[in-house]
Amino acid sequence: MKFTTAFKAVATAGAMALMMSTAASAVTLQLHNGGDPGTLDPHKASGDWENRVIGDYIEGLLTENAKAEAIAGQAESWEISEDGTVYTFTLRDGIQWSDGEPVTAGDFVYAFQRLFNPATAADYAYLQFPIKNAAAINSGEITDLNELGVKAIDDKTLEITLEAPTPFFLDALTHYTAYPVPQHLVEELGDDWTKVENIVGNGPYLIKEWLPGSYVRSEKNPDYYDAANVQIDEVFYHVLEDQAAALNRYRAGEFDILTDFPADQYQWLQDNLPGEAHVVPFLGVYYYVMNQEEGEVLSDVRIREALSTTIVREVIGPDILGTGELPAYGWVPPGTNNYVETAYAPEWAETPYEERVEKAKALMTEAGYGPDNPLTLQLRYNTNDNHQRIAVAIAAMWEPIGVKVELFNAETAVHYDALRAGDFAVGRAGWLLDYNDPSNTLDLLKTGVDQDGTMNWGNNYGRYSNEEFDALMTQASTELDLVARGELLAQAEKIAMDEFAAIPIYWYVSKDVVSPKISGFEENAKNIFRTRWLSKSE
Amino acid sequence: MLAYAFRRVLSAIPIALIAVTICFFILRLAPGGPFDGERALPPTVLANLRAHYNLDQPLIAQYFIYVGRLLQGDLGPSMVIDGFNVSDLIRIGFPFTLTMAMFAFVIATSIGIVAGAVAAVNQNKWPDYVLVLAVMLGVVVPNFLMAALLQLWFGVYLGWLPAGGWVTGSLWHLVLPVTVLAWPHAARISRLMRGSMIEVLGSNYVRTARSKGLSERIVLARHAIKPALLPVVSYLGPGLSYLLTGSLAVEQIFGLPGIGKYFVQAALNRDYGIVLGTTILYMFIILALNLIVDLIYAWLDPKVRYR
Repeated sequence: MKFTTAFKAVATAGAMALMMSTAASAVTLQLHNGGDPGTLDPHKASGDWENRVIGDYIEGLLTENAKAEAIAGQAESWEISEDGTVYTFTLRDGIQWSDGEPVTAGDFVYAFQRLFNPATAADYAYLQFPIKNAAAINSGEITDLNELGVKAIDDKTLEITLEAPTPFFLDALTHYTAYPVPQHLVEELGDDWTKVENIVGNGPYLIKEWLPGSYVRSEKNPDYYDAANVQIDEVFYHVLEDQAAALNRYRAGEFDILTDFPADQYQWLQDNLPGEAHVVPFLGVYYYVMNQEEGEVLSDVRIREALSTTIVREVIGPDILGTGELPAYGWVPPGTNNYVETAYAPEWAETPYEERVEKAKALMTEAGYGPDNPLTLQLRYNTNDNHQRIAVAIAAMWEPIGVKVELFNAETAVHYDALRAGDFAVGRAGWLLDYNDPSNTLDLLKTGVDQDGTMNWGNNYGRYSNEEFDALMTQASTELDLVARGELLAQAEKIAMDEFAAIPIYWYVSKDVVSPKISGFEENAKNIFRTRWLSKSE
Repeated sequence: MLAYAFRRVLSAIPIALIAVTICFFILRLAPGGPFDGERALPPTVLANLRAHYNLDQPLIAQYFIYVGRLLQGDLGPSMVIDGFNVSDLIRIGFPFTLTMAMFAFVIATSIGIVAGAVAAVNQNKWPDYVLVLAVMLGVVVPNFLMAALLQLWFGVYLGWLPAGGWVTGSLWHLVLPVTVLAWPHAARISRLMRGSMIEVLGSNYVRTARSKGLSERIVLARHAIKPALLPVVSYLGPGLSYLLTGSLAVEQIFGLPGIGKYFVQAALNRDYGIVLGTTILYMFIILALNLIVDLIYAWLDPKVRYR
């Protein structure tokens, strides 16, 4: 483009923008969305910034209410068979894609088949593995997609059969992996169906524009079944990863909601914009993995205990991060559904720090380390200021027990590559729950599966392995009674944590800032607030 | 001169090929891949993704596939941003980056030359000191800090300008980003201009011109400015390429849709397609700019001859 042409284009468009801004009276939500969406395809998405955009333009069988609880979405009702394995959904009347085609049970069947088809390469397909034959299709064991446990009885009736009763299945259906896709369009255009000029939706908003690096813009869908109650006419999902800049733009009135802010500004926010910052427990755990492969130093449980018990978790949230994250001693975050009342609390957490250090020193001596023979450990983390601050603090906490720490940081891709390859001693990791159930974190500690002679450890980077733990997890997965299932999972958690399978450090919090102009925002542990429930006063 | 330009363009082809080759292989030597994220992918999914992007083939085969496509003008898909191929992303982002860089370039160059010349004429008087201060600020304050400060001051406290974002066509949204981008550039140019102008003003032919009784204005306009511009001109090529590639912090802080961010983000995500695509784009820009600067140089300085 020639400079003069570019200049003319900019100038003309500027004049037009000025004219338009005086004419518009629509209510526009300016949402700070963080990262640039990697995709608008629900089967390929993987981040919460994608979820915010996609969850506004497509709706699944179930959807979230203002508190992010599962409520009827495209399905108006459903029945569950007595053994808990067959779900029959009845779709609403008159629902349609934005190109006028009806949304049918066939669209859902097609979407689930596409999700599990290995050719789609959907990152998060495993979230819907409770569905019958889903895992086998996804791994290529079954190649006939029609064997999937999702059937259209007629255009309005959908039947989903599960492998085993799954108490969190309705909740899992609110996830974007369970969204329908327009079969007619995907078959015609392939992956190009999500290009802005082609895209259609069935949700409360429709995508109108995507300017990578700047924003995605959606407008209210007039044909949405609940359109009469949708207050906001237009949404900008702004891309801005620099949190300080985002806060500046919020203060300048350019953003209505921030989905993150710099932790060191929390005090300032509380003092100057009281009530606008929302720091809420978020289902997730920040932890260190320890390499427990045979022959590795940390396969010795005594050293693992010494390391875990000498971390003073209470100072990390309030003092190092500044946002008051709660210390974590167990593996299942507080607020997780389908679980026991009392959280796992080890005895050692109650003993004074000096005693813990003494005991840890004794354990280290027993394991053959001492002042003359200090243990040197490499601590890996992905490059980030907060990870670094925490690593430095923890290295200092381990010094009194004779552990020398070498800090090593690398960018995210390299870091996780090393963890997966088992090329580390201690490494930082974090897990945010995909669905609200304890199995979602406990699964991280299951023994890997043998695949053609090589062990696939999945996200169990530390290679923790305990038969009893695995047996309890298997037993829980078939237990129908929710209370009994919760007990089994709690026993599993206790076994793993008593053996220091990993070092939980703190429970994540979500950090939002919401302008007083916005109403309808409800704090919740999933940190999902769909635009549909929000309204804005000028 | 035309023949010279033609030879230069021809010689760019092997340079380009070598650069692409080095870049391609170095990128693959780095550990980690485009699909290594916080969560492990199931092996079948990973295998499918790798097959989709030809990553399952031997590296040398991948190289020939890439170069083959490149010769047809196809930069391939992005591995991390689904639904856009690399050419799309460059087509959307580059005009923006170019517009911003050109504004900054023109503004910075004019201000830099004038300020440098004024400071040189008023050496060690107050305009000179003001310039030194502005230059110091531009050079010493890193652009991400400058961006945050201007954003806070003009966007939040005074509320005169948008604190960020992009509304298609709004020049107001460009004021702060262009200022941040242009400042250090203007600072460097004014310093070059001031130094070379002082030198020229002390030279024999200026003294001769003055002794002929020419007015100071004519001495400056006719005899001093043109030779004093030489070092500035040789800086303009690298300077413009710096403006084109240096917009990362500005884009990120102001949330603008340019392509500067792809340099860093795509490299971190091991998005091979985008890294190679942007590198190739910039390689051509830099080759072209160097050529243009050399030609301007010849026009300014008759001592430069082309063979």
